[in-house]
Amino acid sequence: MSHAHDTTAPLEHVPTGLDNKKLMMWLFLASDCMFFGTLITTHLVYRKIYENVGVDPIHIFDIELTTASSFILLMSSLFMALAVSAIHKGSIKSFRWNLVGVIIFGSLFLAGQVYEFNHFVTHAGLTISSGTFGSTFYVMTGTHGVHVALGLLWLVSWLCYSFSPRFNAHQHAIDIETAGLYWHFVDIVWIVIFTAVYLIEYV
Amino acid sequence: MSLSTTKTAAPPKSAPHEHDSSKAARSNLGLVRPDHTTGWKDWLTTVDHKKIGAMYAIFSLAFLIVGGVEALAIRAQLAFAENNLVSAETYNQLFTMHGTTMVFLAVMPLSSAFFNFLVPLQIGARDVAFPRLNAFSLWTFVAGAIVINLSWIFQAANAFGWFTPIDGRTDIVPSAGWFGYAPLTGDQYSGIGTDFWIFGLQVLGIASVAASLNFIVTIINFRAPGLKMMRLPVFIWMTLITSFLIIFAFPPITVALGELMFDRVFGANFFRVDQGGQPILWQHLFWVFGHPEVYILILPAMGIVSEILPVFSRKPLFGYSLIVFSGAVIGFLGFAVWSHHMFTTGLGKVATAAFSLLTMAIAVPTGVKIFNWIGTLWGGRIKFSVPMVFSLGFIWMFMMGGFSGIMHSAAPADAQQQDSYFVVAHFHYVLIGGSILSLLAGIYFWLPKMVGKMWYGKLGYWVSATVVVGLNVTFFPMHFLGMIGMPRRTHTYLEGTGWQPMNLVCTVGAFILAVGIFLFLWDLIRTIRKGPPAGDDPWDGRTLEWTIPSPPPSYNFARTPIVHSRDPLWAHKHGKASLRIGSVEPDPHGIHMPSQSWFPLLASAGFFVLGLSMALKQAGVPFCGYIAIAGLGITVLGIYLWALEGPGGFHVHPEETNS
Repeated sequence: MSHAHDTTAPLEHVPTGLDNKKLMMWLFLASDCMFFGTLITTHLVYRKIYENVGVDPIHIFDIELTTASSFILLMSSLFMALAVSAIHKGSIKSFRWNLVGVIIFGSLFLAGQVYEFNHFVTHAGLTISSGTFGSTFYVMTGTHGVHVALGLLWLVSWLCYSFSPRFNAHQHAIDIETAGLYWHFVDIVWIVIFTAVYLIEYV
Repeated sequence: MSLSTTKTAAPPKSAPHEHDSSKAARSNLGLVRPDHTTGWKDWLTTVDHKKIGAMYAIFSLAFLIVGGVEALAIRAQLAFAENNLVSAETYNQLFTMHGTTMVFLAVMPLSSAFFNFLVPLQIGARDVAFPRLNAFSLWTFVAGAIVINLSWIFQAANAFGWFTPIDGRTDIVPSAGWFGYAPLTGDQYSGIGTDFWIFGLQVLGIASVAASLNFIVTIINFRAPGLKMMRLPVFIWMTLITSFLIIFAFPPITVALGELMFDRVFGANFFRVDQGGQPILWQHLFWVFGHPEVYILILPAMGIVSEILPVFSRKPLFGYSLIVFSGAVIGFLGFAVWSHHMFTTGLGKVATAAFSLLTMAIAVPTGVKIFNWIGTLWGGRIKFSVPMVFSLGFIWMFMMGGFSGIMHSAAPADAQQQDSYFVVAHFHYVLIGGSILSLLAGIYFWLPKMVGKMWYGKLGYWVSATVVVGLNVTFFPMHFLGMIGMPRRTHTYLEGTGWQPMNLVCTVGAFILAVGIFLFLWDLIRTIRKGPPAGDDPWDGRTLEWTIPSPPPSYNFARTPIVHSRDPLWAHKHGKASLRIGSVEPDPHGIHMPSQSWFPLLASAGFFVLGLSMALKQAGVPFCGYIAIAGLGITVLGIYLWALEGPGGFHVHPEETNS
């Protein structure tokens, strides 16, 4: 532009001040809400049908086990919050130990889900082809499990990267916080699934 | 991560001076970044939103031709009663691929071409928020488009006897309609064409969502100083609303396609009626996506027209805030009207009445926009340039599609029109008369900025006349054909139904329309090759993109503009001194440019391998399951390398070269 520099006018700062990556993660999670919302709706719509065709979820579920693994997943969120807090304070050592906590608890949850799937298939005879209940149950909880697994892959990657000389607590705190947002979201979705799939059968 | 790595090669004479050119541009992985390459390497690795936009435009115009040829084959078949030009199976494949191609591979990416090219230019930004993600969106779109269209190649191979799916079915090209109603798309009733369709669309969905996340962040966070939300050009507002529609509408179709895939590949029962599955669920999930999709196709078109009308009326846009607000209301209500596609499925009185009323309600914000456009024209000094003629055609033709749309909102009337040619007439008026006319207007308006060449001669007027005449000759008789009972998606019809004469007229019209598109492509190519120089501001424009050279330099703005009004360039040229565009003092380090990268392309290539091998696995081709896993591995590898190489970047100093 060839005209005079107009720097005397006060700058009106328009952007939100929210970090780009963090804003992007919020938007992705909004999109993911629709994703899980559709899966959960499918399950709830089909509930009325499988009630009539003889699949009885109460005799299949092991609610004590699932309650325990749900508690473990929720506690992993506590470690995640501590890890984010530690990286903001610049304490890489504390960050690493808390991240290890998230990874262990997340893996325990995933192991519980693998055990549960295996148990359902071999002992309860519930497969993906068992009426609509088998389809909605495995596809929905499996999709959630894939979300947990991707989160674990992401966090393990950060744990490894934290040993790289390029890792910088100040610079990467926002990335860890973004990963934390994802992790908390996956936990919250599990609370909804636990209620809408497991607990609702005991009402 | 270091931000000041630079290039090795000596800059060409015209290129801006490079800062610190002694060090090689190496990524954090130690690999040389493909910066400052030329030719095909530059196009494959570019992260420049302008080049990505140009490639979106080229691919979408190519697929517009593919979809158009399919349409001409359909019309040729229907020209005469009891015609047997193509078989019934091929006919099903033609209308399925015509719909899928036009919606997902022509209109959506052509809108995306405008998003890419214009968003950073109109908001005074250097690029989008995530340049490499933008390249990933482009290449993933290309991957999905190729997966779907490769089915034609396999169909041809089948015809020559070189390729037979394990189930022996010969419908290798998708043939169940662009809406893919289950259980027609279940494994009992359709062959691997449906698998090509499922995996192609899933890959396209990833591309659309990734691109939309990028545009929302860009529009919210990358506006130039002073460019408040209510000063944004209407096109940017419509891009924002469309992007929100995409991120909320694509998850339901992703889940629906996923459920269908589980039915077909892993034996699930989502849509198997004998196991308790409900076909109506597919219709709901599809149209929860499908109706917002309609607005995804038309809102960018409305944005383009809202940019063009004020320029050639020599007036500000009438009722800016109302246009923005009604766009947002359309986006919001767009999620609340999906069941009007399902009035004849027996939803029950309450649901039918509710969706009927909401569908009537959505006509209100649409009408508000049309009145605002007329208000913009009213009392203006109208200049009938080619983009203006297309825009006026848009208002008229889109309104005709809107009128038949309101007729559908009355459920009893809709029950008569359902699945008849009346519906075909309606949505082609909205999509060709709406989206395509507006996108052509946009190409005529912004091509001079994109390539720096100006249109010449009167061919553009001939294009607009031929397209509008062709559109009306093709689709106006279809209203009557629908009313006298001709159903959609039928391969042929009997003598004595009385449908023959009008069908012949429709076919003639389709070929007129094809001539119009051919003339357009001719005009486009001759302008790019030998049009006169366009100059910075050939139309006497209002927005920031006309303040910079044509074609824009790689860094867009040598100095970030400071905006003091809506229509900043108009105020700068004709308004008070206090409203002139200011500029931010340049950074002494120069303008930071992102490095180019191979890895978005690699990640997209993984999706291509995954999609194609999953479809072929269903055909019984050996080892395809493993190849699919390898494809997923390629994508993961691409993403890891992408993350580890870091954004990189170098600096350019545009002002030193100028002085």
